[in-house]
Amino acid sequence: MNSKPYSKISDTVWEIPAAYKKGMRVPARIIATEKLINAMEEEVFEQITNVAHLPGLVKYVLCMPDGHVGYGCPIGGVGATDPKQGGVISPGMIGFDINCGMRLLTTPLTLKEVQPRIERLVDSLFERIPAGVGVAGFLHPTKREFRNAISKGAAWAVEKGLGEKEDLAGIEENGTIPFANPDKISDRAIERGLMQIGTLGSGNHYLEVQLVDAIFDPERATQWGITGKDQVVVMFHCGSRGFGHQVATDYLNVFERKMEHYGISVPDRQLACAPFTSIDGQNYYQAMAAAFNLAFANRQVITHRIREVFNEVLGRGLRLSVVYDISHNIAKLEEYEGRKLVVHRKGATRAFENQPVILGGSMETGSYLLVGTKRAMEETFGSTAHGSGRTMSRSSAKKSVDGKALAHAMRKRGIYVRSASWAGLAEEAALAYKDIHEVVTALSQAGISEPVASFKPIGNVKG
Amino acid sequence: MVTSDVAFEATGKTPEELFVNAAKETMAVMTDVAKVEPKVSFPLELTKDSLVDLLFFFLDELIFLKDKHEMLFSRFDVKISGTKLLATVFGEKIDPKKHELKVDVKAVTKHNFSVVKEKDIYKATVVLDI
Repeated sequence: MNSKPYSKISDTVWEIPAAYKKGMRVPARIIATEKLINAMEEEVFEQITNVAHLPGLVKYVLCMPDGHVGYGCPIGGVGATDPKQGGVISPGMIGFDINCGMRLLTTPLTLKEVQPRIERLVDSLFERIPAGVGVAGFLHPTKREFRNAISKGAAWAVEKGLGEKEDLAGIEENGTIPFANPDKISDRAIERGLMQIGTLGSGNHYLEVQLVDAIFDPERATQWGITGKDQVVVMFHCGSRGFGHQVATDYLNVFERKMEHYGISVPDRQLACAPFTSIDGQNYYQAMAAAFNLAFANRQVITHRIREVFNEVLGRGLRLSVVYDISHNIAKLEEYEGRKLVVHRKGATRAFENQPVILGGSMETGSYLLVGTKRAMEETFGSTAHGSGRTMSRSSAKKSVDGKALAHAMRKRGIYVRSASWAGLAEEAALAYKDIHEVVTALSQAGISEPVASFKPIGNVKG
Repeated sequence: MVTSDVAFEATGKTPEELFVNAAKETMAVMTDVAKVEPKVSFPLELTKDSLVDLLFFFLDELIFLKDKHEMLFSRFDVKISGTKLLATVFGEKIDPKKHELKVDVKAVTKHNFSVVKEKDIYKATVVLDI
């Protein structure tokens, strides 16, 4: 139990006042049920109130119900700065894995058609989509091609025949951030990322074959291609790989050195930042956009592979469609109440009114598709949660769970897993995560996202 | 603590021993280091303002080399003078059939990153993003 530095605004909104800590410019709000906030670590409140120190913040900073401790800023953190008021851009409020995100694909298949071949399907996905430590992608681009990829994002992959033009409409920002600038990227970042396009990564990155479990909003579900219970869908989670991490590290190092020049001090050096309108701020924004594009390209290439595998295993001519592709580590210039603000989302998702929101659960419990609301636009800078959030360290999870035994138990429950690492699998056990249903309850009660459908896994690929 | 990632403490009687142990711990997150043969080497030279920065950028360099060359490392010959490092690191290409692969290290973070000297022992705290 934490020391409860917050007071209740409503059943799902809690606030730590700006007077709580010297230097806070705005209050910190936490969106959570009472159960979730009671279980939040003390350090989450320490971190979000540190974030509240940053120059140019507007209204309040927020922590979503899946919030947990991150680097400087909690995962689940949201904050908006006003460039006209000296507002900053802060890599720590975006995350190392720039544009880590989720993509959801529908298929025309049902459980009945897929079940007899689920092991072959998952085995093929595991073999054909590179995942895990040091595994290279299958594209081998030149540096020049890589620069194209980071300029154009998903559109680059479609141009190369690795997707369909229709896919782009289903991606946040249509899969391309136009102001990405490869000249703001270090050679080091390019060298790290060169062989990684089309790779899943490891840790909490995964690909799941899922079934539609429940439909809460039938009309919207149909609009988005969800046709009924037991429809097979594919959801996967990955980001900008080593490239995005290097971009974040490079600019954190730059900002740490330059903050004194801008007259900025922060309570945690991982919140190093620069004024958004400064040359350094703009350089990072353009570099961040390049990493954003790389992640979109990455997920587009993986989509292409998924389609190939489904067609090989389950029949030619199968159409897999993009429902949505959404980022949960990003900063964007967006307009609220007549002001253009730099909205930072770290382990938080955009939730514009009527926009799909994909919430990934643990590999044992299932995931959700939700819709953004007008209330999110009014109260949380158009933001919502991104998943279920960890509650247990990787080392504790590994000590509590045996990976092979877990895979066996999951198989008995109807989930076939292929993982590049048994230890890595153990670390992702459901007991290490918050209850996603409680997270969805918090979002729905707060009115910032409403459930459309839920999914349960039948196959999982992990790096 | 940061529940989503990996933290370790490394120690050494000298800065060199500390750096070698921190490098091995970093690699051990990703693989069984004993199975990585020191077949290929890379020279490193770094100069920073402090020992703590030197360690940070040394580990950062190993992660960069890992991704650039798709390699893991098991042997580290390190020489430190003040805040200057000269090193040769040895390893081989990643082979899923040979190496027991665990989880990928994506970055060294500055979360609680520190190097202290306590009673003649150097101690580093490192949190890795995975």
